This record gives sequence, C-alpha cells and structure tokens, in this order.
Amino acid sequence: MTADEVVARLRSGMTIGIGGWGSRRKPMALVRALLRSDVTDLTVVSYAGPDVGLLAAAGRIRTLVAPFATLDSIPLEPHFTAARQQGGLELVELDEAMFMWGLTAASQRLPFLPVRAGLGSDVLLVNPRLRTVVSPYEDGEEFVAAPALRLDAALVHLNRADTHGNAQYLGPDPYFDDLFCQAADAAYVSCEQLVDTADLLKDAAPQTLLVKRAFVTGVVQAPNGAHFTSCAPDHDRDETFQRAYALASRDPEAWQAFTDRYLSVDEEAYQAAVAAFHKERA
Amino acid sequence: MSSPTANTVNTANKATRAEYCVVACAEAWRHAGEVLASPMGTVPAIGARLAKLTFAPDLLLTDGEALLIGDVPALGARAQVVEGWLPYRQHLALVATGRRHVMMGASQIDRHGNQNISCIGDWARPTRQLLGVRGAPINTLNNPTSYWVPKHSRRVFVERVDMVCGVGYDRAAEVGPSATRFHNVTEVVSDLGVFDFATPDHTMRLRSLHPGVTAEQVVEATGFTLTVPDDVPYTREPTAEELRIVREVVDPEGARDREVPA
Repeated sequence: MTADEVVARLRSGMTIGIGGWGSRRKPMALVRALLRSDVTDLTVVSYAGPDVGLLAAAGRIRTLVAPFATLDSIPLEPHFTAARQQGGLELVELDEAMFMWGLTAASQRLPFLPVRAGLGSDVLLVNPRLRTVVSPYEDGEEFVAAPALRLDAALVHLNRADTHGNAQYLGPDPYFDDLFCQAADAAYVSCEQLVDTADLLKDAAPQTLLVKRAFVTGVVQAPNGAHFTSCAPDHDRDETFQRAYALASRDPEAWQAFTDRYLSVDEEAYQAAVAAFHKERA
Repeated sequence: MSSPTANTVNTANKATRAEYCVVACAEAWRHAGEVLASPMGTVPAIGARLAKLTFAPDLLLTDGEALLIGDVPALGARAQVVEGWLPYRQHLALVATGRRHVMMGASQIDRHGNQNISCIGDWARPTRQLLGVRGAPINTLNNPTSYWVPKHSRRVFVERVDMVCGVGYDRAAEVGPSATRFHNVTEVVSDLGVFDFATPDHTMRLRSLHPGVTAEQVVEATGFTLTVPDDVPYTREPTAEELRIVREVVDPEGARDREVPA
C-alpha cells in the first residue's frame, strides 16, 4: 500500500492509536499523509510526541488519550502545550502504566485490567469516568480498573516488514507497537524497508519479529518514514530538524512557512525538502 | 530554633553546592539494595552513579533507554558493558515489583509530598501545560520515591499542587491500604537542603541544610509551613574520594554546575 491509500481507509471521528514513544520511532510518514487528507475529529491514543504535535497544530484531534507529550531532547511538545493552553483539545490524561494495561486489555478483549496506578492521584479526578474494582479474593484490595483502549485503527513504524505484515524492530525497544496493532480493528505498518519473508531473520534473532501478519491490514514502505523521530539503528533522531520544528511552532508566520515547505507536499518532496534544509546549514 | 552548629569544612578541597546536592541525592540510594536506581535530572544521575561506585554497588542503572548497563560511564558517555534489557514495557512492570527507587523532578510539591509535573493552573485549561502525569502515579504507589528540585522556591514548594501526579502521604492515607501498602516518599533534595516526612503526620520536615544555607533562607523559600527541628544538621561533607569520583569519573564536564550554579 501507499501511505495515502492507508489514509483513504481512515474516517473522521475514528479512534486512532499511534505507536512509538515520545520522539522515538513514530510513524511520521503516515501522520504526514493524514495531514494531507481531510480526516479530522479524531481520538488519538499515543505515548505522545510530534505525531500528536502535528495533528494538534492542524486541529485534527478532538480527544487525546495520553500520559504525556514530549520531544525527549526537548522536554515539552510545543503544539500540544499550545493546544492545551488554548483549550484546543480534550485530554484523557492517564498514567503510563494505566495506558499500557488499557492497551493490553483491549488486545485481549477484556473491558479493563486492575492496576494500583492512579489511586490517590488526580488522574481519577480529571477522568470522572474511571472506576475502581475490589479484589474478590481475601485481600479485598481496591484497584483502578484501567479501561480497554480499543482502537479503530493503529499506525506504527518498524525497521523491516514483509508484504504480509510480519514486522520487525531492530532497535533496543519494541515500545508498544504490537499491542497497538492487536488492540485495533485495522493496523497499518510502515517500515524503513520491505524485505522478503525469508530475509527477515538473515541478520537478526527471532524475537525481533514483533508484529504478526494476522494483526496487520496493510504495509507501506517508507524509508526515513519516522523522520524526524529516531528509528534506531536505521537513523537517529534528526535533532537539528526537531529544533527547527520546535522553533517554528512558536510563531504563527514561521509555522505557516514550515507547513508550506514540509507539510503541504507529498512524502518524496518532504524528504527532498529535509535534505535541502540540511544542505542549507552545511 | 537554634542555628546549625559549625560543620567541618575541607578547605583544601571544598565541595560546591552542586556537589553537596550530588552527595545528598546519592544518599537516597544508600540502603536501596539490589534495585533499579531511576534518577531524573542531572544531579540525581550523578548521585546514582556515585552511590553505585561507592556505598551501593548492587544498584542497577540504565543507559536512559532500554539497556541495563554493567559499567558506570561518565555522564553522556556510552556504556561499554550491557548487563540487561529493560524496554519500557518491562520498566513499567518492574515498577510494580517494587524493585526500584526513583528520584523524580517536581514542578510543584506540597507539605504532604504530593507532586505535580502535569500542568500549572486549572487542569481543564492550564495556564502552563507541562509534561503530563507520566508514570508518577504508578511510581509513588509501588516503589520508594524521592524528589529533586534544583531551584528551591515558593513556586515549587506550594501549599497545594495544581494536579496531584505523584501521590503524597495524605492522599494515600485517604484511599487506604491499597494506596499505602507500598507507598514510601523517602526524601526531597533541593539546592538548599534535604527534607523528609519523619513527623507524626507525615508532613515535610527539614532534615539537613547544605553548608552555606540558613534555616531562615529555607523557610523564606518555602510556600507552606515546614517543620524545622531545633537542631538541624548540615548535609554531610563529601569524602575526598567521592569528590574525585564526581569531578574526574562521573561528571568531568561539570554538568552539575549548570543545574546548580555555584
């Protein structure tokens, strides 16, 4: 598939999970394709980074489900903070572990899983729909029932995949990309490189095979498709470009210029514009 | 209350304020045992490495991403030895085992140890959106938690935090045994001193002053009523060997001085 074909299957109002973590291995090529479409009014479920920043800046997010938003080397995601301060999106603010168990519950067709996280914190106050559950065993302890985070669609980016949807991570952390795919009615994988199934384990151990084809609807080859987030070992985070992104976000005119140059064009032109950006600075 | 008694000063090799902070942070892990030390911030990261290289050799440390490192490199340098794998999914599960002692930052903290890193102002529409709750709720209910505040002020040490992320003693007690069972906020280290909750109602107490700081200064910079004992000790002196490790081994670039200027 192409990224645009993936986006053609998404609808306004959907709940969409986005893999990766912060500014790490985000399916940015798919997010950029989403930005070129009219799809809006989304509920986005994400360990949020610039994926959420870009969608928030374009006004596509109605509700964000997240424990944080960060660019990692830049602590605060500028578009997320601006959107929150301007009342531009609804936030379902969950603890990192509640989020993980919510994805796990969704992937295992459970309505919730019990967690200690959240008790005593204002997470329960700002999410009045959250409920607690009492252990039916002799301990009688009370826990937060982390609700299943069921997704209409999941978008993830991995290092390698075959055309069937078997997808492989080669970096140090799988993040939660397999859970996102299993929690979704339809999951779309972009990858740095499409390879033959027989080549997946040529230079890697079997536990690198994170995502199984039974949970994948479509595969897109998108070299440098996580840019400007990291995708170890294929590419590091583009810190220079990320700084330019963060800087542009502070000023409406600069952001308009950034949008015109990088977001109003197709993926090939985007990658060319990034190359030109680096050439200008060399 | 009386003024602290004179401390011993190593005039030949005097420690900076940042170095007192490093040692105070390191002390948080002295009796932690064979657990993951999760420092957030520069000074805590130096402190955890100092603790591992001296009095707490059993500590586990990460490279800041998914690897447990088997050596103790300088800040910012790459580890040469990997002893384990700790991706986020395992890290979050490890928290629930309790085999971890975290030192988090705090944009706001109150006298009960409630901490906020999410947002400032009304949560519905904050005047300043910060990180979000991250893992503060699960951390505080499952493993010992300390806090690091590089600039002690009334903006940070507040009467009430705007959003309870890390759970303090009063909030845990309100919920009951499920929340108090593994709850343990051990101390708060700031650039002015060390604080704990060793009072009958678990409210914040001044445990020690960094040399050069007065109790009056601390009270002035704190936005709530702090318990100040009659006889407050100074934060202990680093040993000559500890200073050597901090200056030559763990932080030769002096990153600590950027977080806590002299």
